[in-house]
Amino acid sequence: MSEMKYHNNFLKEVEERVEEGHMVKMCMQCGVCSGSCPFGPHWAHPPQELFMMIRAGKREEVLSSDSMWMCTSCYQCIVRCPRKLPITHIMHGLAYLAKREGLAPKGQPTAEFGQMFWDNLTKDGRVNELKLSLSLYFKDGFGQGVKNAMAMQSVGMGLMKAGRLNPMEILGGHKIKDKSGFHAMLKKAREIEDARRKLA
Amino acid sequence: MANKTYSFYPGCSSQNKASSSNYLVSTNSMCQKLGITLNEVPDWNCCGASIGYGGGGELPRIVLSARNLALSEQHNAGQDMVATCAACWLASREAKERLDHSPQMKADANEALKEAGLEYKGQAQARHMVEVLIEDIGYDALKAGVKKPLQGVKFAGYVGCQTNRPFGIAGESFENPLYLDNLVEAMGGEAVKSYDQKVTCCGGALAFSEPEKSQKQIKDIIESAYDHGADMIVTPCPLCQANVEIYQGEVNKRYGTKFNIPVTYYSQLITVAYGGTAAEAGLNGHVVAPAKLAEIAGK
Ligand code: SF4
Ligand code: SF4
Ligand code: SF4
Repeated sequence: MSEMKYHNNFLKEVEERVEEGHMVKMCMQCGVCSGSCPFGPHWAHPPQELFMMIRAGKREEVLSSDSMWMCTSCYQCIVRCPRKLPITHIMHGLAYLAKREGLAPKGQPTAEFGQMFWDNLTKDGRVNELKLSLSLYFKDGFGQGVKNAMAMQSVGMGLMKAGRLNPMEILGGHKIKDKSGFHAMLKKAREIEDARRKLA
Repeated sequence: MANKTYSFYPGCSSQNKASSSNYLVSTNSMCQKLGITLNEVPDWNCCGASIGYGGGGELPRIVLSARNLALSEQHNAGQDMVATCAACWLASREAKERLDHSPQMKADANEALKEAGLEYKGQAQARHMVEVLIEDIGYDALKAGVKKPLQGVKFAGYVGCQTNRPFGIAGESFENPLYLDNLVEAMGGEAVKSYDQKVTCCGGALAFSEPEKSQKQIKDIIESAYDHGADMIVTPCPLCQANVEIYQGEVNKRYGTKFNIPVTYYSQLITVAYGGTAAEAGLNGHVVAPAKLAEIAGK
Protein backbone atom coordinates (compact mmCIF):
# COMPACT_ATOMS: atom_id res chain seq x y z
CA MET A 1 0.00 0.00 0.00
CA SER A 2 2.56 2.49 1.11
CA GLU A 3 4.81 1.73 -1.82
CA MET A 4 2.03 2.61 -4.29
CA LYS A 5 1.33 5.88 -2.56
CA TYR A 6 4.91 7.07 -2.61
CA HIS A 7 5.54 6.11 -6.25
CA ASN A 8 8.98 4.92 -5.49
CA ASN A 9 9.83 8.14 -3.71
CA PHE A 10 11.38 6.55 -0.67
CA LEU A 11 12.84 9.82 0.61
CA LYS A 12 9.33 11.25 0.78
CA GLU A 13 8.09 8.15 2.55
CA VAL A 14 10.91 8.41 5.10
CA GLU A 15 10.11 12.08 5.65
CA GLU A 16 6.51 11.26 6.45
CA ARG A 17 6.74 7.93 8.20
CA VAL A 18 10.04 7.87 10.09
CA GLU A 19 10.87 9.62 13.35
CA GLU A 20 12.87 12.76 12.45
CA GLY A 21 12.87 11.50 8.84
CA HIS A 22 12.42 15.03 7.52
CA MET A 23 16.05 15.68 8.39
CA VAL A 24 17.53 13.01 6.10
CA LYS A 25 17.73 15.43 3.19
CA MET A 26 20.08 17.65 5.18
CA CYS A 27 22.87 15.05 5.07
CA MET A 28 25.91 16.19 3.09
CA GLN A 29 27.56 12.78 2.98
CA CYS A 30 30.68 13.80 4.89
CA GLY A 31 31.01 10.42 6.58
CA VAL A 32 31.75 11.74 10.06
CA CYS A 33 28.92 9.67 11.57
CA SER A 34 30.12 6.43 10.04
CA GLY A 35 33.66 7.09 11.22
CA SER A 36 32.47 7.88 14.75
CA CYS A 37 30.21 4.92 15.32
CA PRO A 38 31.63 2.36 17.78
CA PHE A 39 29.85 -0.43 15.94
CA GLY A 40 30.85 0.79 12.50
CA PRO A 41 32.92 -2.30 11.71
CA HIS A 42 29.92 -4.58 12.24
CA TRP A 43 27.53 -2.77 9.96
CA ALA A 44 26.70 -3.50 6.36
CA HIS A 45 25.48 0.09 5.98
CA PRO A 46 26.63 2.82 8.38
CA PRO A 47 24.35 5.88 8.72
CA GLN A 48 25.86 7.95 5.93
CA GLU A 49 25.37 5.06 3.51
CA LEU A 50 21.80 4.44 4.63
CA PHE A 51 20.97 8.09 4.02
CA MET A 52 22.43 7.87 0.53
CA MET A 53 20.45 4.72 -0.16
CA ILE A 54 17.27 6.44 0.99
CA ARG A 55 17.79 9.16 -1.57
CA ALA A 56 18.50 6.56 -4.20
CA GLY A 57 15.13 4.97 -3.44
CA LYS A 58 16.49 1.64 -2.21
CA ARG A 59 13.51 0.90 0.00
CA GLU A 60 13.85 -2.88 0.31
CA GLU A 61 17.56 -2.76 0.87
CA VAL A 62 17.35 -0.11 3.58
CA LEU A 63 14.41 -1.54 5.48
CA SER A 64 15.68 -5.11 5.40
CA SER A 65 19.17 -4.09 6.56
CA ASP A 66 20.19 -5.09 10.06
CA SER A 67 22.37 -1.99 10.43
CA MET A 68 19.81 0.20 12.18
CA TRP A 69 19.45 -2.46 14.84
CA MET A 70 23.11 -2.15 15.75
CA CYS A 71 22.71 1.39 17.08
CA THR A 72 23.34 1.51 20.84
CA SER A 73 22.12 5.13 21.18
CA CYS A 74 25.58 6.34 22.12
CA TYR A 75 24.94 9.72 20.41
CA GLN A 76 28.51 9.99 19.19
CA CYS A 77 27.27 10.67 15.65
CA ILE A 78 24.77 13.31 16.74
CA VAL A 79 27.25 15.45 18.58
CA ARG A 80 29.71 15.32 15.70
CA CYS A 81 27.44 15.70 12.66
CA PRO A 82 28.19 19.08 11.03
CA ARG A 83 24.60 19.31 9.73
CA LYS A 84 23.02 18.50 13.10
CA LEU A 85 21.06 15.48 11.91
CA PRO A 86 19.37 13.59 14.76
CA ILE A 87 20.99 10.43 13.41
CA THR A 88 20.29 8.21 16.41
CA HIS A 89 16.57 8.91 16.19
CA ILE A 90 16.50 8.42 12.44
CA MET A 91 18.19 5.04 12.93
CA HIS A 92 15.59 4.09 15.53
CA GLY A 93 12.79 5.38 13.32
CA LEU A 94 14.00 3.38 10.31
CA ALA A 95 14.27 0.26 12.44
CA TYR A 96 10.74 0.72 13.73
CA LEU A 97 9.28 1.32 10.25
CA ALA A 98 11.10 -1.77 8.98
CA LYS A 99 9.58 -3.79 11.76
CA ARG A 100 6.05 -2.50 11.21
CA GLU A 101 6.35 -3.18 7.48
CA GLY A 102 7.52 -6.73 8.21
CA LEU A 103 10.89 -6.15 6.54
CA ALA A 104 13.21 -6.32 9.56
CA PRO A 105 15.60 -9.28 9.26
CA LYS A 106 14.16 -12.38 10.89
CA GLY A 107 15.78 -13.29 14.19
CA GLN A 108 17.87 -10.10 14.48
CA PRO A 109 18.77 -10.35 18.19
CA THR A 110 18.48 -6.67 19.08
CA ALA A 111 15.16 -6.40 17.25
CA GLU A 112 13.87 -9.31 19.29
CA PHE A 113 15.32 -8.00 22.53
CA GLY A 114 13.76 -4.58 21.82
CA GLN A 115 10.32 -6.12 21.46
CA MET A 116 10.77 -8.22 24.61
CA PHE A 117 11.88 -5.16 26.52
CA TRP A 118 8.85 -3.20 25.36
CA ASP A 119 6.46 -6.06 26.19
CA ASN A 120 8.08 -6.46 29.58
CA LEU A 121 7.84 -2.79 30.50
CA THR A 122 4.36 -2.17 29.13
CA LYS A 123 2.87 -5.10 31.00
CA ASP A 124 3.42 -3.76 34.52
CA GLY A 125 4.79 -0.28 33.80
CA ARG A 126 8.24 -1.20 35.11
CA VAL A 127 10.90 -3.57 33.88
CA ASN A 128 11.14 -6.96 35.46
CA GLU A 129 14.79 -7.80 34.91
CA LEU A 130 14.55 -11.48 35.70
CA LYS A 131 11.69 -12.21 33.32
CA LEU A 132 13.46 -10.09 30.74
CA SER A 133 16.64 -12.13 30.92
CA LEU A 134 14.75 -15.39 30.93
CA SER A 135 12.78 -14.44 27.85
CA LEU A 136 16.00 -13.49 26.11
CA TYR A 137 17.68 -16.77 26.95
CA PHE A 138 14.67 -18.80 25.87
CA LYS A 139 13.85 -16.92 22.71
CA ASP A 140 15.30 -19.63 20.48
CA GLY A 141 13.52 -22.47 22.19
CA PHE A 142 13.99 -24.45 25.33
CA GLY A 143 17.19 -26.34 24.46
CA GLN A 144 19.04 -23.25 23.32
CA GLY A 145 17.62 -21.42 26.32
CA VAL A 146 19.17 -23.83 28.78
CA LYS A 147 22.47 -23.48 26.94
CA ASN A 148 22.32 -19.67 26.97
CA ALA A 149 21.32 -19.57 30.59
CA MET A 150 24.17 -21.90 31.53
CA ALA A 151 26.63 -19.71 29.68
CA MET A 152 25.49 -16.69 31.68
CA GLN A 153 25.04 -18.54 34.95
CA SER A 154 28.12 -17.09 36.59
CA VAL A 155 26.94 -13.58 35.74
CA GLY A 156 23.53 -14.25 37.26
CA MET A 157 24.91 -15.92 40.37
CA GLY A 158 27.29 -13.03 40.96
CA LEU A 159 24.43 -10.56 40.77
CA MET A 160 22.23 -12.59 43.03
CA LYS A 161 24.92 -12.76 45.70
CA ALA A 162 25.38 -9.03 45.44
CA GLY A 163 21.62 -8.57 46.02
CA ARG A 164 21.09 -7.19 42.55
CA LEU A 165 18.99 -9.92 40.95
CA ASN A 166 15.91 -11.14 42.69
CA PRO A 167 14.85 -14.71 41.96
CA MET A 168 11.44 -13.98 43.49
CA GLU A 169 10.71 -11.47 40.76
CA ILE A 170 9.40 -14.34 38.70
CA LEU A 171 6.40 -14.41 41.04
CA GLY A 172 5.52 -10.77 40.67
CA GLY A 173 8.10 -8.08 40.90
CA HIS A 174 7.80 -4.35 40.54
CA LYS A 175 4.64 -2.80 39.14
CA ILE A 176 2.89 0.53 38.87
CA LYS A 177 -0.50 1.01 40.52
CA ASP A 178 -2.48 2.60 37.73
CA LYS A 179 -2.02 -0.17 35.21
CA SER A 180 -5.34 0.37 33.47
CA GLY A 181 -4.75 4.08 32.90
CA PHE A 182 -1.23 3.30 31.75
CA HIS A 183 -2.40 0.71 29.24
CA ALA A 184 -5.17 2.97 27.92
CA MET A 185 -2.64 5.78 27.52
CA LEU A 186 -0.25 3.63 25.50
CA LYS A 187 -3.04 2.23 23.36
CA LYS A 188 -4.16 5.74 22.51
CA ALA A 189 -0.62 6.87 21.76
CA ARG A 190 -0.16 4.00 19.38
CA GLU A 191 -3.46 4.73 17.61
CA ILE A 192 -2.50 8.37 17.10
CA GLU A 193 0.93 7.49 15.83
CA ASP A 194 -0.31 4.76 13.53
CA ALA A 195 -2.80 7.15 11.96
CA ARG A 196 -0.20 9.88 11.45
CA ARG A 197 2.47 7.57 10.10
CA LYS A 198 0.07 5.38 8.13
CA LEU A 199 1.22 2.27 9.93
CA ALA A 200 -1.18 -0.62 9.58
CA MET B 1 24.09 21.69 54.68
CA ALA B 2 22.21 22.54 51.52
CA ASN B 3 18.54 21.91 52.35
CA LYS B 4 17.32 21.44 48.83
CA THR B 5 14.23 19.57 47.69
CA TYR B 6 13.71 17.72 44.43
CA SER B 7 11.22 15.47 42.77
CA PHE B 8 12.93 12.11 42.29
CA TYR B 9 12.66 9.59 39.46
CA PRO B 10 14.63 6.51 40.57
CA GLY B 11 14.07 4.28 37.52
CA CYS B 12 13.64 0.53 37.18
CA SER B 13 17.22 -0.59 37.59
CA SER B 14 17.53 1.05 41.01
CA GLN B 15 14.57 -0.72 42.59
CA ASN B 16 15.06 -3.00 45.55
CA LYS B 17 16.99 -6.11 44.41
CA ALA B 18 17.33 -4.84 40.85
CA SER B 19 20.64 -4.48 39.01
CA SER B 20 21.62 -1.08 40.40
CA SER B 21 19.87 -1.18 43.77
CA ASN B 22 23.15 -0.17 45.41
CA TYR B 23 23.11 3.04 43.35
CA LEU B 24 19.85 3.94 45.07
CA VAL B 25 21.17 2.99 48.52
CA SER B 26 24.21 5.20 48.09
CA THR B 27 22.17 8.02 46.51
CA ASN B 28 19.87 8.10 49.51
CA SER B 29 22.80 8.17 51.92
CA MET B 30 24.59 10.83 49.92
CA CYS B 31 21.51 13.05 49.76
CA GLN B 32 20.87 12.67 53.44
CA LYS B 33 24.43 13.78 54.19
CA LEU B 34 24.17 16.70 51.77
CA GLY B 35 20.82 17.92 53.08
CA ILE B 36 19.00 17.04 49.88
CA THR B 37 15.39 15.87 50.18
CA LEU B 38 14.10 13.57 47.45
CA ASN B 39 10.37 13.19 46.89
CA GLU B 40 9.75 10.14 44.77
CA VAL B 41 7.43 10.70 41.79
CA PRO B 42 4.37 8.68 42.82
CA ASP B 43 3.64 5.70 40.57
CA TRP B 44 6.44 6.52 38.10
CA ASN B 45 6.89 4.19 35.14
CA CYS B 46 9.82 2.88 33.09
CA CYS B 47 11.36 5.43 30.71
CA GLY B 48 11.66 2.95 27.83
CA ALA B 49 15.48 3.12 27.98
CA SER B 50 17.50 3.27 24.80
CA ILE B 51 15.97 0.10 23.39
CA GLY B 52 12.28 1.02 23.78
CA TYR B 53 12.07 2.30 20.20
CA GLY B 54 12.07 -1.21 18.75
CA GLY B 55 8.68 -2.15 20.14
CA GLY B 56 7.28 1.25 20.98
CA GLY B 57 7.99 3.64 18.14
CA GLU B 58 8.00 7.37 18.78
CA LEU B 59 4.85 8.70 20.44
CA PRO B 60 4.25 5.76 22.81
CA ARG B 61 7.88 6.06 23.90
CA ILE B 62 7.66 9.81 24.47
CA VAL B 63 4.38 9.40 26.32
CA LEU B 64 6.16 7.19 28.86
CA SER B 65 8.31 10.13 29.89
CA ALA B 66 5.44 12.59 29.58
CA ARG B 67 3.53 10.57 32.17
CA ASN B 68 6.41 10.78 34.65
CA LEU B 69 6.84 14.50 34.09
CA ALA B 70 3.07 15.06 34.42
CA LEU B 71 3.00 13.12 37.69
CA SER B 72 5.97 15.11 38.92
CA GLU B 73 4.31 18.44 38.04
CA GLN B 74 1.13 17.42 39.75
CA HIS B 75 2.46 15.87 42.96
CA ASN B 76 5.79 17.61 43.44
CA ALA B 77 4.87 21.00 42.06
CA GLY B 78 7.63 23.53 41.65
CA GLN B 79 10.41 20.93 42.01
CA ASP B 80 12.86 19.85 39.32
CA MET B 81 12.55 16.16 38.48
CA VAL B 82 15.92 14.53 39.13
CA ALA B 83 17.02 11.16 37.75
CA THR B 84 20.06 9.11 38.72
CA CYS B 85 20.02 6.78 35.72
CA ALA B 86 21.56 8.12 32.53
CA ALA B 87 18.89 6.58 30.33
CA CYS B 88 16.03 7.84 32.50
CA TRP B 89 17.45 11.33 32.46
CA LEU B 90 18.07 11.29 28.73
CA ALA B 91 14.61 9.93 27.91
CA SER B 92 12.90 12.49 30.14
CA ARG B 93 14.91 15.39 28.89
CA GLU B 94 14.59 14.39 25.26
CA ALA B 95 10.84 13.93 25.62
CA LYS B 96 10.55 17.29 27.32
CA GLU B 97 12.45 18.95 24.50
CA ARG B 98 10.22 17.40 21.84
CA LEU B 99 7.01 18.14 23.74
CA ASP B 100 7.92 21.75 24.45
CA HIS B 101 9.16 22.30 20.92
CA SER B 102 6.26 20.80 18.97
CA PRO B 103 2.67 21.85 19.74
CA GLN B 104 1.51 18.86 17.68
CA MET B 105 3.54 16.41 19.73
CA LYS B 106 2.32 17.98 22.94
CA ALA B 107 -1.32 17.83 21.84
CA ASP B 108 -0.93 14.18 20.81
CA ALA B 109 0.80 13.28 24.06
CA ASN B 110 -1.88 15.00 26.08
CA GLU B 111 -4.61 13.19 24.19
CA ALA B 112 -2.97 9.93 25.26
CA LEU B 113 -2.30 11.14 28.82
CA LYS B 114 -5.97 12.03 29.21
CA GLU B 115 -6.69 8.30 29.16
CA ALA B 116 -4.77 8.11 32.43
CA GLY B 117 -6.33 11.30 33.80
CA LEU B 118 -3.12 13.30 33.41
CA GLU B 119 -1.90 16.38 31.64
CA TYR B 120 1.61 17.45 30.62
CA LYS B 121 2.08 21.19 31.08
CA GLY B 122 5.85 21.48 30.72
CA GLN B 123 6.57 22.98 34.13
CA ALA B 124 9.07 20.50 35.54
CA GLN B 125 12.71 20.43 34.46
CA ALA B 126 14.36 17.05 33.85
CA ARG B 127 17.78 16.97 35.51
CA HIS B 128 20.51 14.52 36.42
CA MET B 129 21.78 14.11 39.98
CA VAL B 130 25.25 15.14 38.83
CA GLU B 131 23.82 18.51 37.75
CA VAL B 132 22.36 18.97 41.20
CA LEU B 133 25.75 18.25 42.75
CA ILE B 134 27.86 20.52 40.61
CA GLU B 135 25.40 23.27 39.68
CA ASP B 136 23.22 23.60 42.77
CA ILE B 137 25.81 22.69 45.40
CA GLY B 138 29.18 23.15 43.70
CA TYR B 139 32.60 21.53 44.07
CA ASP B 140 33.77 23.84 46.83
CA ALA B 141 30.79 23.22 49.05
CA LEU B 142 31.04 19.49 48.36
CA LYS B 143 34.68 19.53 49.31
CA ALA B 144 34.00 21.45 52.49
CA GLY B 145 31.95 18.60 53.97
CA VAL B 146 34.50 15.82 53.46
CA LYS B 147 35.29 13.93 56.67
CA LYS B 148 37.38 11.06 55.30
CA PRO B 149 39.29 12.07 52.18
CA LEU B 150 39.70 9.18 49.71
CA GLN B 151 43.43 9.58 49.93
CA GLY B 152 45.66 7.31 47.89
CA VAL B 153 42.87 5.76 45.83
CA LYS B 154 43.15 6.17 42.06
CA PHE B 155 39.92 6.43 40.13
CA ALA B 156 39.39 6.13 36.38
CA GLY B 157 36.36 8.34 35.71
CA TYR B 158 34.26 6.50 33.18
CA VAL B 159 31.56 8.90 31.99
CA GLY B 160 30.08 6.74 29.19
CA CYS B 161 27.58 8.03 26.68
CA GLN B 162 24.29 9.16 27.92
CA THR B 163 25.20 11.51 30.74
CA ASN B 164 27.56 13.06 28.21
CA ARG B 165 25.77 13.04 24.87
CA PRO B 166 23.75 14.56 23.34
CA PHE B 167 23.00 16.96 26.22
CA GLY B 168 25.86 16.49 28.62
CA ILE B 169 26.58 18.58 31.66
CA ALA B 170 26.69 22.32 30.97
CA GLY B 171 30.18 23.63 30.36
CA GLU B 172 31.72 20.21 29.71
CA SER B 173 33.09 18.97 26.38
CA PHE B 174 31.78 15.81 24.74
CA GLU B 175 35.25 14.42 24.10
CA ASN B 176 36.80 15.05 27.50
CA PRO B 177 34.30 15.89 30.23
CA LEU B 178 36.03 16.65 33.53
CA TYR B 179 33.25 16.58 36.09
CA LEU B 180 33.90 13.05 37.36
CA ASP B 181 37.57 13.84 37.82
CA ASN B 182 36.60 17.02 39.65
CA LEU B 183 34.21 15.14 41.91
CA VAL B 184 36.90 12.55 42.68
CA GLU B 185 39.34 15.30 43.59
CA ALA B 186 36.78 17.12 45.69
CA MET B 187 36.46 13.90 47.70
CA GLY B 188 40.22 13.77 48.19
CA GLY B 189 40.81 10.92 45.75
CA GLU B 190 43.21 10.81 42.84
CA ALA B 191 41.69 11.17 39.37
CA VAL B 192 43.49 9.28 36.61
CA LYS B 193 43.45 12.14 34.14
CA SER B 194 45.13 10.27 31.32
CA TYR B 195 42.36 7.66 31.23
CA ASP B 196 41.45 7.67 27.57
CA GLN B 197 38.28 5.56 27.45
CA LYS B 198 36.18 8.04 29.39
CA VAL B 199 33.44 8.43 26.82
CA THR B 200 33.65 5.07 25.06
CA CYS B 201 30.30 3.32 24.70
CA CYS B 202 30.00 0.15 26.78
CA GLY B 203 27.68 -1.42 24.24
CA GLY B 204 24.48 -0.51 26.05
CA ALA B 205 21.69 -2.99 25.48
CA LEU B 206 23.87 -4.88 23.00
CA ALA B 207 25.88 -6.27 25.92
CA PHE B 208 22.81 -8.37 26.43
CA SER B 209 21.66 -9.09 22.91
CA GLU B 210 24.97 -9.22 21.00
CA PRO B 211 27.77 -9.99 23.45
CA GLU B 212 30.35 -10.93 20.80
CA LYS B 213 30.32 -7.35 19.54
CA SER B 214 29.96 -5.42 22.75
CA GLN B 215 32.53 -7.21 24.90
CA LYS B 216 35.30 -5.62 22.88
CA GLN B 217 34.03 -2.23 24.11
CA ILE B 218 34.08 -3.41 27.70
CA LYS B 219 37.57 -4.80 27.28
CA ASP B 220 38.89 -1.46 25.99
CA ILE B 221 37.27 0.44 28.86
CA ILE B 222 38.82 -1.80 31.52
CA GLU B 223 42.18 -2.30 29.88
CA SER B 224 42.84 1.42 29.74
CA ALA B 225 41.90 1.77 33.42
CA TYR B 226 44.52 -0.86 34.29
CA ASP B 227 47.09 0.63 31.91
CA HIS B 228 46.78 4.00 33.61
CA GLY B 229 47.15 2.58 37.09
CA ALA B 230 43.59 2.95 38.36
CA ASP B 231 42.48 1.09 41.50
CA MET B 232 38.88 1.30 40.46
CA ILE B 233 36.49 2.78 37.94
CA VAL B 234 33.82 5.32 38.89
CA THR B 235 30.78 6.10 36.75
CA PRO B 236 27.49 8.04 36.84
CA CYS B 237 25.56 5.49 34.73
CA PRO B 238 23.91 2.31 36.06
CA LEU B 239 24.06 0.50 32.75
CA CYS B 240 27.74 1.38 32.33
CA GLN B 241 28.31 0.15 35.86
CA ALA B 242 26.54 -3.13 35.26
CA ASN B 243 28.06 -3.80 31.84
CA VAL B 244 31.61 -3.00 32.91
CA GLU B 245 31.43 -4.85 36.22
CA ILE B 246 29.41 -7.98 35.69
CA TYR B 247 30.76 -9.10 32.32
CA GLN B 248 34.41 -9.09 33.44
CA GLY B 249 34.32 -12.86 33.86
CA GLU B 250 32.92 -13.28 30.36
CA VAL B 251 35.47 -10.87 28.90
CA ASN B 252 38.25 -12.79 30.67
CA LYS B 253 37.04 -16.02 29.07
CA ARG B 254 36.84 -14.50 25.62
CA TYR B 255 40.13 -12.59 25.65
CA GLY B 256 42.22 -14.50 28.17
CA THR B 257 42.49 -11.39 30.36
CA LYS B 258 42.54 -11.39 34.17
CA PHE B 259 40.33 -8.38 34.85
CA ASN B 260 39.01 -7.93 38.37
CA ILE B 261 38.49 -4.22 38.88
CA PRO B 262 35.70 -2.66 40.96
CA VAL B 263 33.25 -0.29 39.26
CA THR B 264 31.66 2.22 41.62
CA TYR B 265 29.25 5.16 41.55
CA TYR B 266 30.13 8.78 42.40
CA SER B 267 27.40 8.56 45.05
CA GLN B 268 29.35 5.81 46.81
CA LEU B 269 32.51 7.91 46.82
CA ILE B 270 30.69 10.88 48.31
CA THR B 271 28.93 8.75 50.91
CA VAL B 272 32.22 7.22 52.09
CA ALA B 273 34.08 10.54 52.03
CA TYR B 274 31.27 12.04 54.09
CA GLY B 275 31.78 9.41 56.75
CA GLY B 276 29.14 6.87 55.70
CA THR B 277 29.47 3.17 56.46
CA ALA B 278 30.10 0.50 53.83
CA ALA B 279 26.44 -0.51 54.04
CA GLU B 280 25.25 3.09 53.62
CA ALA B 281 27.42 3.35 50.53
CA GLY B 282 26.01 0.09 49.11
CA LEU B 283 29.51 -1.39 48.98
CA ASN B 284 28.05 -4.82 49.68
CA GLY B 285 26.25 -4.71 46.33
CA HIS B 286 29.19 -5.52 44.09
CA VAL B 287 30.34 -8.51 42.11
CA VAL B 288 33.92 -7.17 42.35
CA ALA B 289 34.23 -5.70 45.85
CA PRO B 290 35.66 -2.15 46.05
CA ALA B 291 38.05 -3.10 48.86
CA LYS B 292 39.90 0.22 49.07
CA LEU B 293 36.68 2.14 49.58
CA ALA B 294 35.45 -0.35 52.16
CA GLU B 295 38.74 0.08 54.00
CA ILE B 296 38.26 3.84 54.26
CA ALA B 297 34.62 3.41 55.27
CA GLY B 298 35.70 1.01 58.02
CA LYS B 299 38.29 3.35 59.55
S1 SF4 C 1 27.81 13.20 9.86
FE1 SF4 C 1 25.85 14.11 9.33
S2 SF4 C 1 26.17 15.13 7.37
FE2 SF4 C 1 27.90 13.76 7.70
S3 SF4 C 1 27.30 11.88 6.63
FE3 SF4 C 1 26.67 11.64 8.76
S4 SF4 C 1 24.56 12.38 8.79
FE4 SF4 C 1 25.46 13.09 6.90
S1 SF4 D 1 24.15 6.65 18.14
FE1 SF4 D 1 23.98 4.78 16.96
S2 SF4 D 1 24.51 5.38 14.87
FE2 SF4 D 1 25.20 7.01 16.20
S3 SF4 D 1 27.35 6.54 16.59
FE3 SF4 D 1 26.15 5.64 18.28
S4 SF4 D 1 25.72 3.53 17.66
FE4 SF4 D 1 26.40 4.67 15.84
S1 SF4 E 1 28.26 3.77 27.98
FE1 SF4 E 1 26.75 2.19 27.83
S2 SF4 E 1 25.42 2.30 29.61
FE2 SF4 E 1 26.65 4.11 29.53
S3 SF4 E 1 25.38 5.49 28.49
FE3 SF4 E 1 26.60 4.53 26.87
S4 SF4 E 1 25.40 2.81 26.21
FE4 SF4 E 1 24.54 3.54 28.12
